[in-house]
Amino acid sequence: MKEKLYKLIFMVLAFASLIFLLGIVFILFKESLPIFSKVNIGKFIFGRFWYPTYSPPEFGILPLILASAWVTFGAILVCVPLGVGSALYLNELAGPRQRAILKPLVELLASVPSVVFGFFGMVIVTPFLQKIFNLPTGLTAFNASLVLGVMATPTVCSIAEDALNYVPKSFREASFALGADRWQTLIQVVIPAAGSGISTAIILGMSRAIGETMTVLMVAGGAAVIPHTFLEPVRPMTAAIAAEMGEAPVGSSHYHALFAIALILFLVTFIFNIIAEIVSRRFRIKLGLSG
Amino acid sequence: MDKKIKMRAEGVNFFYGRTQALKNVDILIHANQVTALIGPSGCGKSTFIRLFNRMNELVPDTSLSGNIYLDDLEINSAQIDPVEIRKRVGMVFQKPNPFPKSIFDNISYGLRVNGVRDANSIEERVEASLKKAAIWDEVKNRLNDSALKLSGGQQQRLCIARCLAVDTEVILFDEPCASLDPISTAKIEELILELKKDYTIVIVTHNMQQAARVSDYTGFFLLGELIEFGKTQDIFTAPQDKRTEAYITGRFG
Ligand SMILES: Nc1ncnc2c1ncn2[C@@H]1O[C@H](COP(=O)(O)OP(=O)(O)OP(=O)(O)O)[C@@H](O)[C@H]1O
Ligand SMILES: [Mg+2]
Repeated sequence: MKEKLYKLIFMVLAFASLIFLLGIVFILFKESLPIFSKVNIGKFIFGRFWYPTYSPPEFGILPLILASAWVTFGAILVCVPLGVGSALYLNELAGPRQRAILKPLVELLASVPSVVFGFFGMVIVTPFLQKIFNLPTGLTAFNASLVLGVMATPTVCSIAEDALNYVPKSFREASFALGADRWQTLIQVVIPAAGSGISTAIILGMSRAIGETMTVLMVAGGAAVIPHTFLEPVRPMTAAIAAEMGEAPVGSSHYHALFAIALILFLVTFIFNIIAEIVSRRFRIKLGLSG
Repeated sequence: MDKKIKMRAEGVNFFYGRTQALKNVDILIHANQVTALIGPSGCGKSTFIRLFNRMNELVPDTSLSGNIYLDDLEINSAQIDPVEIRKRVGMVFQKPNPFPKSIFDNISYGLRVNGVRDANSIEERVEASLKKAAIWDEVKNRLNDSALKLSGGQQQRLCIARCLAVDTEVILFDEPCASLDPISTAKIEELILELKKDYTIVIVTHNMQQAARVSDYTGFFLLGELIEFGKTQDIFTAPQDKRTEAYITGRFG
């Protein structure tokens, strides 16, 4: 009897997050569908103008999508070399003592609140960019990419390092025993064996960058215009939602449009995470670690 | 001794941290002969055999004193690159450890890191070494399959083929049959006897019958010391040391 009760309690706890997820999806759909009776979905996604408060308003989110894409792409250019490079250093070159200190430090970087990163971007990166590129404002896609890239680095590093660590010692030993040097072993045995684990790290880093809000709100510049270069201010989807939700009257078209943006964001990160999951499962099977 | 000496250890001491795993070990490894190392678990056989290809360097915080020679080369001297030693002294591990690559690539990898570039000669040597390791017939139609799909015994023979492909002079076997069934074991023993013509072989084994069947010389280790070393026949029929006798007759260990 008592046992049954415990079982029930834990089952409820276990299902709670599933219920939250379903609830969120339900509300996202429910609140975003009304906008599509006003604007057709193609025009919504590919519309070039985002003027939600004009009359008549324009609800084209292409500038926001492109802003997210640019900023995420830029962040990848930063966090992949940094994250994968530092993972390789930690795993291959750092001695066990150095690694024992450095890895927790990297992971600590992941726990710095994003507002701190944003602040850092505003007071240090912004004037710096403005000066060297001689810009009207330093709050640009470039700035957001840099800061997001640094933010996503610990995620990428930590997961990539785990992937390298999962590569059984016996593969390295086999390679060395054949007369391979360290470099050959790394490039031809360790990295291919850890490859899908490293891809997982990159995908999760991407999904971290795409979903990040506070930082881009602070440093991306906020202009809802299709960007042509990295040095222009942009307004990524997350920033648009956060900045505008407060002023959009509940139930208005603007309000529903913001929900629709959130729905798209949700679907994109959801797909990224599923891909990451599939890739990492394949990685474990490939290394014979389990299903 | 009339036969040529291929490898030689003199006064070898080895430490993991502060724990001494080998104490003042001297041994002669005869060319084109099979030398078996036996002894109870934890007595330092693996530690010892891994010194012959400088494998223990991959283990952090270890130290070594004494000398180990390959022909007349002191393999631990400062100017010697361990990579060069490992190109001459190959190793087959206790647990089969093929790479997560295709059967073909498992073997071609070793060839490529040893500087063989020509696709035709790689192909020829892959085939030749698979044949030598008596696994060619089982894999010739599936060279592009993942090596991890092979059975344990096949994987171990693949690992042997991989080692043969790179033309070493010495092959170290660390309990190569420990995880194999009797049929695979018999195949590998047969192979070892075959390989003796071209290679010098050192094999660690827990199996007394195996040592008696395949080896010409036997060394008995106990707690990091080489207690007795000599012709296999002598060790098994007339051991000089009481502890050796006790071990091979199964009275301890
Ligand atoms: N990486 C290591 N770090 C610390 N100690 C080790 C390490 N490897 C082995 N040892 C210790 O060194 C001693 C010898 O170990 P070794 O593996 O050489 O024994 P072995 O004779 O091969 O045993 P087995 O028959 O079980 O394989 C043991 O006491 C073992 O605990
Ligand atoms: Mg051992």
